[in-house]
Amino acid sequence: MKTWIKVTAAGIAVFAIAVLGNTGVSAQEGVKSLRGDATLSEGQAAADINAQQVGKRFTRNYRQQPPLIPHKTEKYEIDLKANQCLGCHDWPQNVEANAPKISETHYVSPTGVRLNRVSGSRWFCNQCHVPQAQIEALVPNTFTSSSDMN
Amino acid sequence: MSASNEEKSSLLRRVWNGFRRPTARYAMGTLLVGGFFAGILFWGGFNWSLELTNTEAFCITCHEMEANVYREYKETVHYSNRTGVRATCPDCHVPKTWVHKIARKIKASNELLHHFLGTIDTREKYEAKRLQLAKNVWKVMKETDSRECRNCHNFEYMDFVVQEKRSRNRHEEAIDKGMTCIECHKGIAHELPAGIVGMEGIPNVGNPNLGN
Repeated sequence: MKTWIKVTAAGIAVFAIAVLGNTGVSAQEGVKSLRGDATLSEGQAAADINAQQVGKRFTRNYRQQPPLIPHKTEKYEIDLKANQCLGCHDWPQNVEANAPKISETHYVSPTGVRLNRVSGSRWFCNQCHVPQAQIEALVPNTFTSSSDMN
Repeated sequence: MSASNEEKSSLLRRVWNGFRRPTARYAMGTLLVGGFFAGILFWGGFNWSLELTNTEAFCITCHEMEANVYREYKETVHYSNRTGVRATCPDCHVPKTWVHKIARKIKASNELLHHFLGTIDTREKYEAKRLQLAKNVWKVMKETDSRECRNCHNFEYMDFVVQEKRSRNRHEEAIDKGMTCIECHKGIAHELPAGIVGMEGIPNVGNPNLGN
């Protein structure tokens, strides 16, 4: 008898979870992907590529922001073998190229050892630094700059 | 002289004699005109088949080229750009002038040999050899004053006014110093090799943890 009750209870629980799970999914339908409303099998025109602002440098929005890049970068190779950004931005080439020098913090290994070359943990510049473009935030948010917090 | 010995040499001898003996059957004009057209046919056929080996489609029939350098090149400006003008494999890697082209084609037999030996038939083998292969190309390009680049790019016709300031300064410096394209423009159509740290003529863009 007790086993019968247990089995029934388990069955009801499974059913309830399944129903609740389904409602959870249907509640998420209001969230759109960057492709818009198109289903997986549908084609959707790509969004325009953001026009990059070349030349004048944007100011930073907050103190810790990685500086934005005021030129195109897609033709520069950054991989395991080479990093062409260093050709102009690493010391001492930056002097002749008249390019901003990579911050000294990038020459310190994760364990705190000062190095003569860019640290491996800082190798992939475009993890933090991106070409600048005047665009709207992809997702609305309430970000406030640290300098405006006081 | 025995009969069998005579038979052995007879075929060669007949061909040789036929080659040397003035003909009594055909007119001089027939021979000249016939020879002229046969010459056109042979020369045309030779050049036609030579040009067949001078196309991108031919280059990437070897998977060593298709799976490595060709795919990298497809990402670059020489493959896809605003105006749709392209530089294909032979435009950069085979000279246009006849003498140099034939010399390069003969040297390419070494590449065939290594294709069949399987010297670079995996990505790993290719990467291990890439520095040596790249150095070969850089060396040749420097020796020829980047002749293949200059089929399209020429200092004389560069409008420095429409160049970015960085490019303008560097190009003017290059003219003054008599430098050649490849001295700066390495790794523009293919990935740079591992192990170029501290190499002369290359800014230190290499990963210090690889190679050397």
